[in-house]
Amino acid sequence: MHSPELFLKDVSGFLGGYYAAIAIANAIAALILWQKKNQPGWALVWTVFAGVMMVLCGLALTGSPSLVPALPAAVRAAVNALSGPVIYTLGTTALLVILFVFRKFFVQPMVAWTILNVSLLAMGLSMADANFASIVMKPDNVPIVGLVFLLAFFTWVATKQAVVNDERIARGEPPMEKLDDEKVLVWPDLVYTELICMVAVSAFLLAWAILLQAPLEEPASSVKTPNPSKAPWYFLGLQEMLVYFDPWYAGVVLPSLVIFGLMAIPYLDYNKKGNGYYSIAERKFGYLTFQFGFLELWITLIILGTFLRGPNWNFFGPFEYWSPYKVEVLNNVDLPQMFWVNLLDRPLPRPPQGAGALTQVGYILLREAPGLLIMGAYLVLLPPLLAVTIFRGFFKKMGFIRYMVMMNLMLLMLTLPLKMILRWTVNLKYIISIPEFSLNF
Amino acid sequence: MAIGETIRNSQIWKSIFRHPMPLDRRNRIVVMLTNFFLHLHPVSIKKQGIALSFTWCMGGVTFFLFLVETVTGVLLMFYYRPTLEWAYNDILALRDVTSLGILRELHRWGAHAMVITTWLHMYRVFLTGSYKPPREFNWVIGVILLLLTLLLSFTGYLLPWDQLAIWAITVGSNMARATPILGYEGPGQQLLSIGGIDMITDGSDARFGLLGARFVGEETLNRFYVLHCIAIPLAVALLLAIHFWRVRKDGGISGPL
Ligand code: HEM
Repeated sequence: MHSPELFLKDVSGFLGGYYAAIAIANAIAALILWQKKNQPGWALVWTVFAGVMMVLCGLALTGSPSLVPALPAAVRAAVNALSGPVIYTLGTTALLVILFVFRKFFVQPMVAWTILNVSLLAMGLSMADANFASIVMKPDNVPIVGLVFLLAFFTWVATKQAVVNDERIARGEPPMEKLDDEKVLVWPDLVYTELICMVAVSAFLLAWAILLQAPLEEPASSVKTPNPSKAPWYFLGLQEMLVYFDPWYAGVVLPSLVIFGLMAIPYLDYNKKGNGYYSIAERKFGYLTFQFGFLELWITLIILGTFLRGPNWNFFGPFEYWSPYKVEVLNNVDLPQMFWVNLLDRPLPRPPQGAGALTQVGYILLREAPGLLIMGAYLVLLPPLLAVTIFRGFFKKMGFIRYMVMMNLMLLMLTLPLKMILRWTVNLKYIISIPEFSLNF
Repeated sequence: MAIGETIRNSQIWKSIFRHPMPLDRRNRIVVMLTNFFLHLHPVSIKKQGIALSFTWCMGGVTFFLFLVETVTGVLLMFYYRPTLEWAYNDILALRDVTSLGILRELHRWGAHAMVITTWLHMYRVFLTGSYKPPREFNWVIGVILLLLTLLLSFTGYLLPWDQLAIWAITVGSNMARATPILGYEGPGQQLLSIGGIDMITDGSDARFGLLGARFVGEETLNRFYVLHCIAIPLAVALLLAIHFWRVRKDGGISGPL
């Protein structure tokens, strides 16, 4: 760790450039709003904002601890104290729900631009914190920051068009995409677009490669285990699931189900509408299921696993120092323990000494009966039950096989959030725990 | 432009390009039909299908990044030997000694970018409902491409042979140890035993198959090198050819009926 002064000297150049870039982007936005869109009010707002950013740029460039703009220490401490896996997961879910429900409001360009500016500003202020910066600016973590902003941007692009289309469809008009129905020649219209895209991507990649050096740590050593040991970033969602499940499920079964489930989507989604244009209203169920799986269960878990999990896979707030000595008390209990010992006040069923193999299996089944019954009911009884109640429409339209495949995929996907909730509320470790066959669930 | 004119009228030029400059409508059509690279595209296309707001050009960007990775990857192969003795030192030399010292950066950041753009491409295909009939199977091919992209990135991650590399691969491949039935710590591995002898041990399970050894070592480096540089890229190239062919055969970029 260097001293705070040295750290700020190191990042001041970067931060100065960062604020200057925001200022330039806002100045351009203001110019467009004023000249082309005839919105002088907003143009003024962003001009002022650009000015403020230029001031921050100047302050950042000083590199002095008293001048570089940063979040107050009290705020940082409060954020650290408040954050934890529960708040994080519930918070991101709530955020996505709010964005979805009020999408008409959030897709307005000025609202989106405001949100972008606020997040960029928060990012800049956070970057002046040594702990935050040391994680976010790790070379291999930089792409994830990019991913978050890109996903936000493209979700906005898509939702904006979906909102317009849904309104048009409600009025009985065709989606916007239909308006551009006439054919154009691929040369020049498409070929030139592709050329420009290639030049832009090349320029971007070159700049990235020049500005940021690829990481190279010490030579590999099979005896010096780093703490934390992390998989590549795109698998960190899976690694985060290891908190809740054993590797056979989190690392093998669930990823296989993700791949299989993705492949099955076109064969399960019988809804003919919404093919070839952005729409939400016409395919709400499919849309929400996919967004929940992709944004919440895949992306936010990657962010959590990358930025907020430190040594020993402990949770760390965004401004917290990753101390390897942090201790988290784990007092998680298995369901058989809860049922036999805590609830019935009896010892766990155990086979008598020297019992035959079959008897032993019988005792295991007895011991695990509560968990086996719950899982049996969840996977075997729930699908038919839902088929005659809330999902009756699905069942009729999909037929037996497709309905069963879909329900099982959905239920297995939901095992993750359900297990999370059980862990947070009743400290449940395993529902079924058969160490004799390495089968813990 | 007398020189340009002369070149374009020469026998050599005309033997390569079978059409004059595509400035008028006729030649703009001819160029699409006679150029090998351009014949991937149709001659004309619905305006909506090429709108940036619709496709985000994400599939195209992903493909371009794949090409960038291929070129920079081949160049890296000139400098890199996949052995315990050389792997790390070659990477070190790439940074410190080689001219044009951003080759590794281009390849690494390009790889990260390709993972991201593949996800974004899938995202847009989902959001426009473009996996619906008749494009179901092209979506399936896409999912396999997604898996292969991740595997490409994963196998490449090991090659620098530094601490970051071997521990990331160790953590990642430890999962295979827990494969049900086929991993030696997985549930039900006891089932595969013949006459009381376990068939699934740490020297014969799924993880061993992946690593070629009981832990991440030189066999793994060799195995991942071959997968990374030859096997997976070839598979991706083949599937991309089918993917693009199917985009055309399924009626071009999707759009409202
Ligand atoms: C290596 C990765 C991939 C490459 C290079 C690639 C490339 C492309 C390209 C160039 C297109 C033309 C339209 C566009 O640019 O959007 C396309 C279309 C398509 N891709 Fe991919 N793709 C890849 C992965 C995927 C994945 C992961 C999926 C889905 C899971 C997918 C599903 C599709 C489908 C269904 C279409 C047709 C879309 C339409 O007609 O609107 N592809 N792909």
